[in-house]
Amino acid sequence: MKIAVCMKQVPDTEASLRVRKDSLWIDEEELTFVINESDGYALEEALTIAEKTGGEVVVFSLGGERVREALRKALALGAARAVHLADPAFEGGDALATGRALAAAIQAQQFDLVLTGSQSGDAGFSSTGSVIAGFLGWPHAWLVMGLEVEDGKKAAKVTREMESGVNEIVRLALPAVIEVQAGINSPRYASLKGIMQAKRKEIAAVTPADLGLGAEEVGAAASLLETLAVFFPESGKGAEIFEGDPADCARQLVEKLRKEARVL
Amino acid sequence: MSRFAGVDFLDIDSLLTEEERLVRESVRSFVDDRIVPIIEECHREARFPIELLPKIGELGLLGATITEYDLPGLNNVAYGLIMQELERGDSGLRSFVSVQGSLVMYPIHTFGSKEQRDRWIPPMAAGDAIGCFGLTEPDFGSNPAGMLTNAKRVGNEWLLNGAKQWITNGSIADVAVVWARTEDGVRGFLVEKGTPGYTATDQHGKFSLRASITSELGFQDCRIPAENVLPKTVGLKNALMCLNQARYGIAWGALGAAMDCYTTALEYSKERKQFGGQPIACHQLVQDKLVWMISEITKGQLLAVQLGRMKDENRLKHQHVSLGKRNNVWVARECAKLAREILGANGIVDDYPVIRHMLNIESVYTYEGTHDIHGLVIGQAVTGIPAFNPPTVQAQAAAELTTDKTR
Repeated sequence: MKIAVCMKQVPDTEASLRVRKDSLWIDEEELTFVINESDGYALEEALTIAEKTGGEVVVFSLGGERVREALRKALALGAARAVHLADPAFEGGDALATGRALAAAIQAQQFDLVLTGSQSGDAGFSSTGSVIAGFLGWPHAWLVMGLEVEDGKKAAKVTREMESGVNEIVRLALPAVIEVQAGINSPRYASLKGIMQAKRKEIAAVTPADLGLGAEEVGAAASLLETLAVFFPESGKGAEIFEGDPADCARQLVEKLRKEARVL
Repeated sequence: MSRFAGVDFLDIDSLLTEEERLVRESVRSFVDDRIVPIIEECHREARFPIELLPKIGELGLLGATITEYDLPGLNNVAYGLIMQELERGDSGLRSFVSVQGSLVMYPIHTFGSKEQRDRWIPPMAAGDAIGCFGLTEPDFGSNPAGMLTNAKRVGNEWLLNGAKQWITNGSIADVAVVWARTEDGVRGFLVEKGTPGYTATDQHGKFSLRASITSELGFQDCRIPAENVLPKTVGLKNALMCLNQARYGIAWGALGAAMDCYTTALEYSKERKQFGGQPIACHQLVQDKLVWMISEITKGQLLAVQLGRMKDENRLKHQHVSLGKRNNVWVARECAKLAREILGANGIVDDYPVIRHMLNIESVYTYEGTHDIHGLVIGQAVTGIPAFNPPTVQAQAAAELTTDKTR
């Protein structure tokens, strides 16, 4: 099977964030970037399937120069090659613009399956995967906790996590776009040999023109969504912190929930 | 669970290649996921986490600088970063990897025959076979040249007699690289587990490196087949070459322990509140300790990177390695002490890693060449005068005689 994995590079969750001066995004200076958590699980799922069924995994990512480090790590983990949507014109886009560009890059090659994470750790729109599926006209599943490619590789059976602890199993005809949840597997560590081999693997940089897209169809220029402000909300007024003996705190909490919030 | 975000005050990362950073990240994740959660318990129970070996082998941490046998062939900076991350986990674990890679696989790879290499390098790289290194003896630590362990050629075999002490991995080793006096000088022997007359007894009562195994080895008329001599060993210098490899790794490893102490103390100082709800980090005396730590760690990092680059260019001399080992282990020892002070009473319990690092570093401070002996090595390099041996008894007597005559 030939599997595409779409990955986003996001700020390390251990980092403390500051809002950028123009208040339109966080200040990325001095931040460490890592592969988005659920995308890492998507990559592991793809590598496992490719090892079982034969075939290759190709990773895709959109963003500036720093994104190459995430792609290199994916290559070290076992992906065969990488495609970097590297042109500055790609940047600053909403999920629609980003999804369109990724779909075009994926369409340029023949894939049986597209895997990605269910949500990014920074913007968190959870929509890029569905946009990709829409542009490709492929079936799509979100919040996937189990994935099994059926014999003959014509369909995939996926277990989805729904609200209130209910799960469902659905079958999708392949090719399809599947968005996995963090925790679906145990991602491997990059072996030192893998890291050394990754040096010789290809990271192909592509531009909008390479994908048959005009500059107005990608990035900020093509976004229908405009960011007005990014800020830390003020600590809520009326927040009350109970301190002291846990049992005593619990008693006070229950009392408040009964008498003031009236939810119990 | 919180992950280690690294210590990099001076953008040392910009001195590293992408590949070196990837190696560090991979080992860092492994240490965070697999070692940090179990290490305090291992330390309490004086247990070496042998169950981690297959994973350590799979990652490629054993013999990582070797290029043959499908091994990673890393450069020395990447190797150093592995040691740093492992020792951030625990000095005992780093000691295991140092011994396996630098003290056993290295001499087999460098001084061994093709048969010896074929037989031992692949299983040792995978973690399927364990090695130990026998040089130190009960009465010969800083002065290995005085060793009593000896081997006599008898027909097609060698007869090995003697004892070795403070041997990491001793009782779990499948093969021991043992250095013994012969008619042709000191040579290295591969002594296999199960050889009649070969015993390994664990050292108990250790307050340091408790998550690592330390043993005493005994050899009583052990018959060692001639093909088990490391053919290219021709003197004590070969054993010292092994130690140079390991000491280089310690210069990096000690920084890992120092970083763990520093980050623990830093976090603690920002959260621990005293005197009107203020974090103790706002006190000048606490800041002074943190500043000392970050300053010395940063200098240690620059030193380690330079040592690595020089080693990659084959320009590194043993006195440079002495400088690195001596300085960075001292820094780690001081950082452990300062971090312990900042943590107050919490610094003496194993809810925090500081006291464990502090105890571990006591071993690291005097093993692989004591702090003082490394000082004498550097002293000799700069003055040209070896200050290791005080005058011998005969020389003293002769000197006194001369004094008498002049009277």
